Amino acid sequence: MSRPMADTLLEIDAISKRFGGFLALDRVSLRVRAGERLGLIGPNGSGKTTLINCVSGALPTDGGRILFEGRDITALPAHQRTRLGIVRSFQIPKPFTSMTVLENLGIPLEYAAPARSHGAAAALDILRAIGLDAKAQLRPTGLTQIEMRKLELARAMAARPKLLISDEAMAGLSSAEVDDILAILFRLNESGITIIMIEHIMRAVMRFSQRVVVLDAGTRIAEGTPEEIVRNPAVEKAYLGE
Amino acid sequence: MKTVRAFLVGVALIGLGLLLVGLRVNPYAYFAGYVVLQYVIIATAWNVLGGYAGYVNFGTPAFFALGAYTAIFLIEAFGAPLPVLILAGGLVAGLLGLGIGYLTLRLKGVFFSIATFALSVVLQTLIINWDYVGGAKGYTLIRPPAPFFGSWAILLFMVMVGLAVVTVLVARSVERSWIGRGLAALRDNEEAAECMGVPTLRLKLFATTLSGFFLGVAGAPFPYYVTYVEPSSAFDLNYAVNALAMPMIGGTTTWIGPVIGAVLLGTAQQVATVTISSELNLLIVGVVLVLFVVLAPEGIVGLVRRLRHR
Ligand SMILES: Nc1ncnc2c1ncn2[C@@H]1O[C@H](COP(=O)(O)OP(=O)(O)OP(=O)(O)O)[C@@H](O)[C@H]1O
Ligand SMILES: [Mg+2]
Repeated sequence: MSRPMADTLLEIDAISKRFGGFLALDRVSLRVRAGERLGLIGPNGSGKTTLINCVSGALPTDGGRILFEGRDITALPAHQRTRLGIVRSFQIPKPFTSMTVLENLGIPLEYAAPARSHGAAAALDILRAIGLDAKAQLRPTGLTQIEMRKLELARAMAARPKLLISDEAMAGLSSAEVDDILAILFRLNESGITIIMIEHIMRAVMRFSQRVVVLDAGTRIAEGTPEEIVRNPAVEKAYLGE
Repeated sequence: MKTVRAFLVGVALIGLGLLLVGLRVNPYAYFAGYVVLQYVIIATAWNVLGGYAGYVNFGTPAFFALGAYTAIFLIEAFGAPLPVLILAGGLVAGLLGLGIGYLTLRLKGVFFSIATFALSVVLQTLIINWDYVGGAKGYTLIRPPAPFFGSWAILLFMVMVGLAVVTVLVARSVERSWIGRGLAALRDNEEAAECMGVPTLRLKLFATTLSGFFLGVAGAPFPYYVTYVEPSSAFDLNYAVNALAMPMIGGTTTWIGPVIGAVLLGTAQQVATVTISSELNLLIVGVVLVLFVVLAPEGIVGLVRRLRHR
């Protein structure tokens, strides 16, 4: 079963996270291969966002290790992890509201992208690829729900990620809009970016993921192909309760 | 190119100041001018942290007074000359700025503001109990004859012209650099900024230090200006209020905002002090600030921009 190390992009090794007396993550381990499309699902409050916060460096962990490309990054601040290539989008979009859409992309291009790929041209390319170029000069407050999600993804792309973690990029979108975002994520993956997708919309995760990991109450309860997961009784129990 | 032009404008302004000096207008004009320019420095310095980074410092008096009392200490101990006082006052206040920078790790929003206010109170208490710099009784400076211009009022006015130009030029170049863009990002959303590769802590430390430095610079010539410094005048609440009100009125996102606010409000206060009473100052600030917060939250700069886009 064990794969060669070179193949592993991200390795989460038994990380735990506590909020006061509440154990939000209990020794969760996870391996993500380079180029993989991984789905991360679980009921509300199961710890998905918390796990992402620990991986991205937004929260310190209480035990365990995180390795990226074989390097221990557990103690690195978030901005340095971003520069290494771990980039996440936020469940609740957090745009830079005083800037235009184009300027929003300028921040990661200037601060995170390894080549310091310069300026407006690179940002416009990304906006075009994601279908947001017509809004380049607008403030984010003037965007619709789907455009806001696209901005979130576009900004993440501007950081030139190796691993993109998308936290519920599709919540609240219509089914056509979900397909739209899915197509973007598929294209990113084809260009070589590893993707972890957190999603409640089962149709989307199951179609997108090569492998699905299920969290429940801060522990990993199942892992498998989408087909295996839908047939897994433990997963059904976690979602439906007892 | 634009930087060169801004630099030339700065030199021209200093020249204009010299011209004003040459004209020998009513000496009161230099006194009043000093105060307005002092507020240009204070408002601009405050805005580097409050406007660019979005951390509202309510402890301006602490930094200003630290500049003033560093100067007093150096005069007492070594008879240090004015340029040394200004530099040292800035450095010591900058160090305090670095200190409050680390506060931003744990304190955000109103909690940060309260902490900086508390800092000002604590520092004032310390100074009151430090007799070497005058303690509660205050400190009287006996000025030697002015080395240039034949008058301290004029000399200090020119010093303030120079310091104000330098402060504004520095703030402007910070704003337009990668640092300014990073600060704007963390002001909008600190978590998102960090996740987009912005070293938020380092930038915040830079902003608090630079802001503190120039607030201290503004306070360092103060003993020479008033010749009698007591804790209550150096730690005047007016500095806290004006430092915040002036950029808010002018507009906090660009360097010109605090300058406009300081010139308008500072001048209005000087006029009110002469014609009506000095107690009116705070009232003026209060009323104008409320009007702006309600009617033009982006200040005069934002107002002008909106009118232009019509
Ligand atoms: N900063 C925090 N402080 C205290 N408790 C927290 C914090 N963040 C998350 N929690 C708690 O940790 C648990 C896991 O939350 P998390 O947001 O990771 O869940 P999730 O799987 O992302 O849920 P959802 O699907 O609703 O987004 C929840 O019980 C939540 O209340
Ligand atoms: Mg979540």
